[in-house]
Amino acid sequence: MSGPSTYKPNSGFERWLDARLPLPRLMHDTMQTFPTPRNLNIWYTFGGILTFCLAVQIITGVVLAMHYVANAGLAFDSVESIMRDVNYGWLMRYMHSNGASMFFLAVYIHMFRGLYYGSYKAPRELIWIIGVLIYLLMMATAFFGYVLPWGQMSFWGATVITNLFTAIPVVGTHIATWLWGDFAVGDATLNRFFSLHYLLPFIIAAVVGLHIWALHVPGNNNPLGIDVKSPQDTVPFHPYYTVKDAFYLTLFVILFAVFVFYAPNFFGNPDNYQQANPLVTPPDIVPEWYLLPFYAMLRSIPNKLMGVIVMGGAIVTLVFIPWLDTSRVRSCRFRPLMKQFFWAFAVACVALGYCGSQSVDAAVAGVPLVWVARIAGLYYYAFFWLIMPIVGLIETPKKLPASIAQSVLGDTAGAPAE
Amino acid sequence: MRLKTLSLGTSLALAVGLLASTSAFALDTTRLAPKDEGFSFEGPFGTYDRGALQRGYQVYKEVCSACHSAQHLAFHNLDEAGGPEFSDAQARALAAAAKFPADPNDKGETVDDKGVPLMRSGTLADHFPSPFPNEQAARANNGGALPPDLSMIVKARDGGPQYVYSILTGFGGHVPAGFKVTDGKYYNPYFEGWNISMPPPLKDGTVSYSDGTKATVEQEAHDVVTFLSWASEPKLEERKRFGFGVMAFLVLLAGVLFAAYKKVWKDAH
Amino acid sequence: MAWPFIDQMNPSSATLAAGTAEIDLSAIQPGQQIVFKFRGHPLFVRRRTPAEIAAANAVPVSSLPDPLAENDNLPDSAPATDANRAIKPEWLILVGVCTHLGCTPQVSTPQMPEGDYGGWLCHCHGSQYDTAGRIRKGPAPRNLQVPVYSFLSATRVKVG
Repeated sequence: MSGPSTYKPNSGFERWLDARLPLPRLMHDTMQTFPTPRNLNIWYTFGGILTFCLAVQIITGVVLAMHYVANAGLAFDSVESIMRDVNYGWLMRYMHSNGASMFFLAVYIHMFRGLYYGSYKAPRELIWIIGVLIYLLMMATAFFGYVLPWGQMSFWGATVITNLFTAIPVVGTHIATWLWGDFAVGDATLNRFFSLHYLLPFIIAAVVGLHIWALHVPGNNNPLGIDVKSPQDTVPFHPYYTVKDAFYLTLFVILFAVFVFYAPNFFGNPDNYQQANPLVTPPDIVPEWYLLPFYAMLRSIPNKLMGVIVMGGAIVTLVFIPWLDTSRVRSCRFRPLMKQFFWAFAVACVALGYCGSQSVDAAVAGVPLVWVARIAGLYYYAFFWLIMPIVGLIETPKKLPASIAQSVLGDTAGAPAE
Repeated sequence: MRLKTLSLGTSLALAVGLLASTSAFALDTTRLAPKDEGFSFEGPFGTYDRGALQRGYQVYKEVCSACHSAQHLAFHNLDEAGGPEFSDAQARALAAAAKFPADPNDKGETVDDKGVPLMRSGTLADHFPSPFPNEQAARANNGGALPPDLSMIVKARDGGPQYVYSILTGFGGHVPAGFKVTDGKYYNPYFEGWNISMPPPLKDGTVSYSDGTKATVEQEAHDVVTFLSWASEPKLEERKRFGFGVMAFLVLLAGVLFAAYKKVWKDAH
Repeated sequence: MAWPFIDQMNPSSATLAAGTAEIDLSAIQPGQQIVFKFRGHPLFVRRRTPAEIAAANAVPVSSLPDPLAENDNLPDSAPATDANRAIKPEWLILVGVCTHLGCTPQVSTPQMPEGDYGGWLCHCHGSQYDTAGRIRKGPAPRNLQVPVYSFLSATRVKVG
């Protein structure tokens, strides 16, 4: 909790501005003096990293949009023109495509952090739900964006996913035609996907604003999962977390730079360097890596409509987590049983991702991957709908520390600095 | 009774037919892993070998361009930094050797009295001309198969330069027993299914290198794959150079921020 | 009030106009298939030989994985008899999209047979269609779709 604002305008101009549009006050209260638990670890830096990722995507995206042409006959060539002719176009393009992968890498770490430390539990349920909304918007944005280069994967990935709507009884085909603007994925579809791809990131930015606002009401959770009890438990956001976030952000950017400059096509699919051809289907249609777990769930169910429901349900499930988890203890640090199920869940997600990347009839050591996907998908659902409610009730948590300050500073509070 | 005999006969025929067809499919015709050919542009500090690029361009122009377009390459790419780096005069000459349909003249004509299209010489701004005017013509001239555009072939294939090199040097091997080469196609085990529509394009001495390098199949393949890799990634050298500067800056920045981080947090634990 | 904003996303009149095609059948030989591009999909127009028609007629509909005609010119419940798959038996007009995952099946000819049923083989996952374009084997759930079409003359067909 932040309490009343302690901002004091320093100059005439600041007083003038403060009385009309108190932006400096807002900056001061949220990013300078904001009391933040003193025990936040590396996993808590990903919120800031995600804001950076969004900014990078918007900036590089707007720049790319200055050169890109959203027309089925010209899109592919316009991207190549960006890569070859536009000054530093290659840099903008590779930053944008690899930036999307980094964005999802960060968001998955951020979400897993929330699961592990119980950040979704009261009173932070709404922060979690807004977060799920952001995740959904990110997936939609990424899906639309991947279609824009109009390569083989762009076109066929769009075809497979939009065809899913035909699974809806009665109105399915009409919905699909309405989405396409034509009888199949084509120029009309590309144009509207470009429009939406440009729009959604700004909606994401607004929802991120809500996400941070909702966070600043109760304040941050922390790795111990216990509430802030006194000012000793917190430090001001600046300089403690501005410098910590800046350092870890730099490490993240180093990883980003390794991909952009030395392995720019690592996350990509070679088929997307072939122009879209409605008459030639690639042997294996795969989405980008960050959508693979859901793709695996979809393909593991033989019935088209049920596959869609299972895939969609997996994301909708996330909304209910604050109420599915019955534990009184937030952080898995003190939940020895839940901790193991959590790590099994992480393994299940990676397994689903792997299954999604392979062809439908693939097998490893004689085991058809479609069965691995089914078991992993079953565990995914069981983790939220069975394990969370049940383990919360039967588990004996470890003893919680008295306070954050006591846990961090211990009996050495007041001892000489290291 | 007669119906039962008929269906027995049909099922026997089917079984024999299936057996016959499965014996052809019993051979696993998955493509072989690409050969392990090294290229100068690999690694964080790799660059393109200029000589290989220029020789590779010669191979493309004299051999490949008869069937394969390279639409995304333009003549001005030939004299730019990071590529074959022909001189400006050489690039202009290469461009001028190519002919393109002329823009309408003052009378608005695009063909002469006999209906032959009016042509103009190429300039640096022109893209490499395609050997065929459209896909149908390309297929008609190549037994129904479409020779793919080569501008990005190295990035558009799983296995990249090693894959393309293996295809080019993978012809002429001994056809395994039990494998039937489809009529009109050629045996190449580095291609999925082992039947490729392209006839072997390279032999020893197919081209005569102006710099005197011995033109073996391996050399020609290595050079043209270097050229095609550049065609796919003309900005590779600029990218790696820029990347080195960025990494150096970031590592320094990380060091400075780490020191600041430690200083700020010194008394907080 | 909201309808204009929703309806603007439906296919435009230009798209709908491009959505019909007139096809000249006169150049197609018996046993030959031509592939046209129709509404962004391949359209198979196959001139069947009497043997191919007879083979299609000989199959009992109850043995088919998909017993429905899948013909946009007929009610949904029409059975997959050969007569329900083509207005004139000699001309088979099908949407060339495999009903499994959308690949383009390859046509079978006496010189280059594809699959066991003389129709089409989809190389993506092995679905096999017969001489009436009906699924016989493999993962595809439905017969190849017969689009809306009508004969304008003996050699001209309007599709869509």
